[in-house]
Amino acid sequence: MSARAIAILAVVFAASLLASLGLGAVPLSPSDLLAALRGEGPADAIAIVHTLRLPRAALGALVGAAIAASGATMQSALRNPLAEPYLLGVSGGAAVGAVLAVAVLGGDPVVVAISAFAGAIAAVLLVLGVARAAGAVGHGGTLVMAGVVIGAFTNAAILLLLARASAGQTRDALWWMMGSLSGASWGAVQWLAVGLVVAGAALWAIGRELDVLALGSDAAAALGLDVPRATARAYLLAAFLAAMTVSAAGLIGFVGLVVPAMARTLGARSARATLAGAAVLGASLVLLADAVARSTVAPSELPLGAITAIVGVPFFLARLRALR
Amino acid sequence: MIRFESVTLAYRGAGAPAVRNFSFHVEAGRVTGLVGPNGSGKSTVVRSLLGWLSPSSGGITVGGTDLRALSRRDAAARMAVVPQREEPLFPVSVRDFVLLGRFAHASRWGALTAADHAACMRAAEQADVAALLDRRTDQLSGGEWQRVRVARALAQGGGALVLDEPNSYLDIAHEMALFELLDRVARSGVAVLLISHQLNLVARFAGHIALMDAGEIVAQGDPATVMRGDVLERVYRWPILVTRDAATGAPTLVPMRDRSPR
Repeated sequence: MSARAIAILAVVFAASLLASLGLGAVPLSPSDLLAALRGEGPADAIAIVHTLRLPRAALGALVGAAIAASGATMQSALRNPLAEPYLLGVSGGAAVGAVLAVAVLGGDPVVVAISAFAGAIAAVLLVLGVARAAGAVGHGGTLVMAGVVIGAFTNAAILLLLARASAGQTRDALWWMMGSLSGASWGAVQWLAVGLVVAGAALWAIGRELDVLALGSDAAAALGLDVPRATARAYLLAAFLAAMTVSAAGLIGFVGLVVPAMARTLGARSARATLAGAAVLGASLVLLADAVARSTVAPSELPLGAITAIVGVPFFLARLRALR
Repeated sequence: MIRFESVTLAYRGAGAPAVRNFSFHVEAGRVTGLVGPNGSGKSTVVRSLLGWLSPSSGGITVGGTDLRALSRRDAAARMAVVPQREEPLFPVSVRDFVLLGRFAHASRWGALTAADHAACMRAAEQADVAALLDRRTDQLSGGEWQRVRVARALAQGGGALVLDEPNSYLDIAHEMALFELLDRVARSGVAVLLISHQLNLVARFAGHIALMDAGEIVAQGDPATVMRGDVLERVYRWPILVTRDAATGAPTLVPMRDRSPR
């Protein structure tokens, strides 16, 4: 990536971070915000920034970075530019876990997060198992088919669970599925940060494998890659990242699909450059979308998963010509 | 260098094997041709070299080692394969594309050394693509793309080079340049396996040819032994006249017009 592209990424991220910390039910000017960050000025502004907005911004940035890196990895591993983190059962599995937690296990946020994570991982392993049974883990099309079928199964399970749930439980479950950072806490930030660093380092390590995988399975095998193993490895890492984000913030669409493409329009060619660029852009988009979600109808909130798409689509359309 | 001994190759779930009793040697220092009609099993042979299917009987060795005992990485370090079809998901620079040929030699992290870059430059010059290194793979003509893929295989190094239909999309000059290049590579001691439908060129450049039909080798030997009108007519099910080229002495095929009443 060129120095210009890196500068653009830095400016976009800084602006999104400022918007995320400054906007909300109580808007703060940049100078008030900087004072509050230093612990100066009105006590309520300091409290809002330090206890509400900073953990929320940190969680948003991590969720956005993780889901975008997950999407970039899925696209290379499945050799499909339309692949996204939720394609292979992650979202369906997580949603079954979350709805189960809301409708049966009482709906405690920590229980919902753990249950969603477990559901996502279970669905991912199921998809991988189905593809392996078909003897075609190295074949992106078979993995996608397995993911779509397991996804249909989880959708049916969600409908059955919701049909038996109360109106309140249904509303809670729907809100979870629409995505939100309202449950942000430093605890959640910490474990997501650890997970992102570990999975991110692993993705960085397999960066060259992702470049080779993107050439197609015959060329990848010819160049010396164990294609089924490399595909499974990349898919599991991407799914792990996506599962962590859904357990922390529910389902956030669009970011994993489109942000990697936006990173490529900025000149990211290798898998590593795309991962890095997508992580920064994904973090920026989620921060910006969350600022919009919190400030448009303050003090209530709009669903984050819808806003990422609404904020992201104009950017995407503006860059469409470069998307070749 | 690459030896097939009584190999049977079968796809999972398919009734009959796609390749039967296939015994064939690709020796160092010469171009070996594998020819035959569409569906005769040539690409299945290539797929077995890529590790997609293992022989249900018989054995394949590369450099004296059973292919099944080699990791994909070790196999790729010994043998470069240019698959028939390839479409990168995302465009990359030609330089980065050729450098991917060094994947099997690089560290697990993919770190490249000065030697890798030098091998890439040498390969680019050999394949006449040095001027294209800063272009993007989606901005190449069909012929440039084929030569860039050959350059990547040359950068890969190893004692064997396998090419599945490398001359599709090439004009006469680039086709001849490619065959001359393969001839030079072979003379430098590499075992070159060439799969091609261009029988006349294979006959001129290959020292040994195997002709496949319906999964079996029906003739193999030097060009004069294999390129016989009666054999080719039976395999291709088309009238073919074989003459001897006055300039080169190589057997030359002329497929005849269909004179049967319609």
